[in-house]
Amino acid sequence: MNILIKNGRVIDPSQNIDGYKDVLIKGRKIQGLYTKGKAPDAGKIIDASNCIVIPGLVDMHTHLREPGFEYKETIKTGTMAAVKGGFTTVCCMPNTKPVNDTIAVTEFILERSLKEGSCSVYPIGAITISQKSEALTELEAMIKAGCIAFSDDGMPVTNSVMMRRALEYSKIFKVPIISHCEDLNLSEGGVMNEGFVSTIVGLQGIPKAAEETMVARDLSLCELTGGRLHIAHVSTEGSVKLIRNAKSRGINVTAETCPHYFSLTDEAVISYDTNLKVNPPIRTAHDVEAIKEGLKDGTIDVIATDHAPHHIDDKNKEFDAAAFGISGLETAFALSLHLVEQGTMDLNQLIMKISITPSKIMGINKGTLSIDADADITIINPENKFIVDPSKFASKGKNSPFNKWQLKGTVEKTVSMGKVFEWK
Amino acid sequence: MIKSKHLLGIKELSAKEIYHILDTASGFKDVLKRDIKKVPPLRGKSVVSLFFEPSTRTKTSFALAAKRLSADFVNFSVSTSSVIKGETIQDTALTIQSLGADFMIVRHASSGVPHLLSNILEMSVINAGDGANEHPTQALLDLFTILAHKKRIEGLTVSIIGDIAHSRVAKSNIYALTKLGANVRVICPPTLMPAEIEKLGVDVFHSTDKGVKNCDVVMTLRLQLERQSKGFLPSLEEYFNLYGLTSERLKLAKDDAIVMHPGPMNRGVEIESAVADGPQSVILEQVTNGIAVRMAVLYLLAGVKK
Repeated sequence: MNILIKNGRVIDPSQNIDGYKDVLIKGRKIQGLYTKGKAPDAGKIIDASNCIVIPGLVDMHTHLREPGFEYKETIKTGTMAAVKGGFTTVCCMPNTKPVNDTIAVTEFILERSLKEGSCSVYPIGAITISQKSEALTELEAMIKAGCIAFSDDGMPVTNSVMMRRALEYSKIFKVPIISHCEDLNLSEGGVMNEGFVSTIVGLQGIPKAAEETMVARDLSLCELTGGRLHIAHVSTEGSVKLIRNAKSRGINVTAETCPHYFSLTDEAVISYDTNLKVNPPIRTAHDVEAIKEGLKDGTIDVIATDHAPHHIDDKNKEFDAAAFGISGLETAFALSLHLVEQGTMDLNQLIMKISITPSKIMGINKGTLSIDADADITIINPENKFIVDPSKFASKGKNSPFNKWQLKGTVEKTVSMGKVFEWK
Repeated sequence: MIKSKHLLGIKELSAKEIYHILDTASGFKDVLKRDIKKVPPLRGKSVVSLFFEPSTRTKTSFALAAKRLSADFVNFSVSTSSVIKGETIQDTALTIQSLGADFMIVRHASSGVPHLLSNILEMSVINAGDGANEHPTQALLDLFTILAHKKRIEGLTVSIIGDIAHSRVAKSNIYALTKLGANVRVICPPTLMPAEIEKLGVDVFHSTDKGVKNCDVVMTLRLQLERQSKGFLPSLEEYFNLYGLTSERLKLAKDDAIVMHPGPMNRGVEIESAVADGPQSVILEQVTNGIAVRMAVLYLLAGVKK
């Protein structure tokens, strides 16, 4: 049955389109965009009045937790959370149990997501076996099995030689190496940003230098090797400056940040709310401004969620003992849309950063509404206000620091590979 | 009047509330001088201590304070309890509440635990030290002791020497003293100075000689001996040479300066025996005053409308 999405404002920066058009879907593919009233009849009509119709969102940094931590999230619930948040593609990080460092795990993830997933899932393989920084995984085999990038996310590649080898060796396949930048000695014992707020709440801080020294290292290694480096979850002004400088020198680096790094400051931690505990930590107002500036001038290419769902028992603890991470898929777009409201970027740029650019970095055919592309489409009412209620998340992880926040921009419908998801 | 039924920190108190606690403590100090050191206001109430870190003096001080107010005091022993069997701290606290306790005195290595418990408990929560955050009753008894000797807080210069970064005693004293108008100096090696501490309105010194010059009160803090192995310090000897409170250094302070220490002391590390036992030391008075101050806290919190 064909589906026609009518009356919406279609914005597709991949084709320089911004206007009222109707989108026709046939099966799993986009059949075409038509000026109003010119589309052929379809079996199902979706009225997108007052909505923007955009390429399905692409999250290049998701923790689906399966296999191994199904009590926190599963491929089924994580991808449900994705489509509820407007994401039609998620790239899942390898820090599962077992780690995704063999084709067996990659194949398991892909099979499970085909069977139970609501959106497209692309696995990210581990750079090193067991994420131990000791030996490279078999990149070729894992790429053949379906991995599209490599990262030891959750853990940094502590051994600089190993990072060098990864950046060199991955050049054969032109896949990105995604770096979680953290000097574990500098961050040891830390649970929040180091600064005035950590002093007044008495929690051990993680200095910005713990991130920045590793960003600097990886940029140097990227320059040395000519490899393809992507910096995950940038949180500090210093990192933004280092990446900006590296880009100006022609180094082949891209970078992402996450909504919590431009929506919150460390002052919130005065409440000791463990939902604010995340790694890297939420930084200062100064850093928030720098992150926004980096998004604006293109230093930061991508907005990713770093969706890190946790069971309530892992969060309902002493701040020191609680798990790091934020359940982010279902608030990411609205928090990002706020940047458009604030004038940090326009809608076009936002869609680039949350759909088109991550697709390009990951080398996947997503993030476009062009003819014959996968029918991955997100329909959003950008003016509609809502109150964040984590208890209603599709994700098993209710760990959101945005509980009770009023945000603007509701995901009305998500079409993932031609399948329509709607709520209410 | 005291606004909250919990005492989580000095941060949360106003100058007026602090003075009210100190005034109340003066009354109880008189009780402690009597032959029969017991009054009835908390008869029928029960106080439970829940200490996740070893403590002798604070726990005993609270126990005596509770008993002298005629409350029942029970120590919930963590090392023999279900906590070591994996029970969450919330479950432990709720269990104690269900046993019918009215006050929980809590100490924990993790900052924010008293706040966490105060959010879920009906009973009063008193912070007896949480991580590197606060130790409010210690600061209150320190203020009480200073007042006894100096008759005022405002305008005094108080020099705090030691491991400021890891010290909840330092933090609570900084909040208390600055709220009441004292000039506070913090003296320690840069490795033990918390980030942006000067924003709390204190003056930062790395030289002990400069830091204690002309001050009215010298407060030395216990140095956790493990700081050396973690690389904060090259050696305890060097720490003593640079930051130990010696008779020589004490001469730089005002002649009538008093010397304080929250205990337990490491003699020869942060303080010389001659100073600890010398005429300017008020260290044992601090301990005595602790009971009066904790009686005042229990008494006043019991009066806060639930």
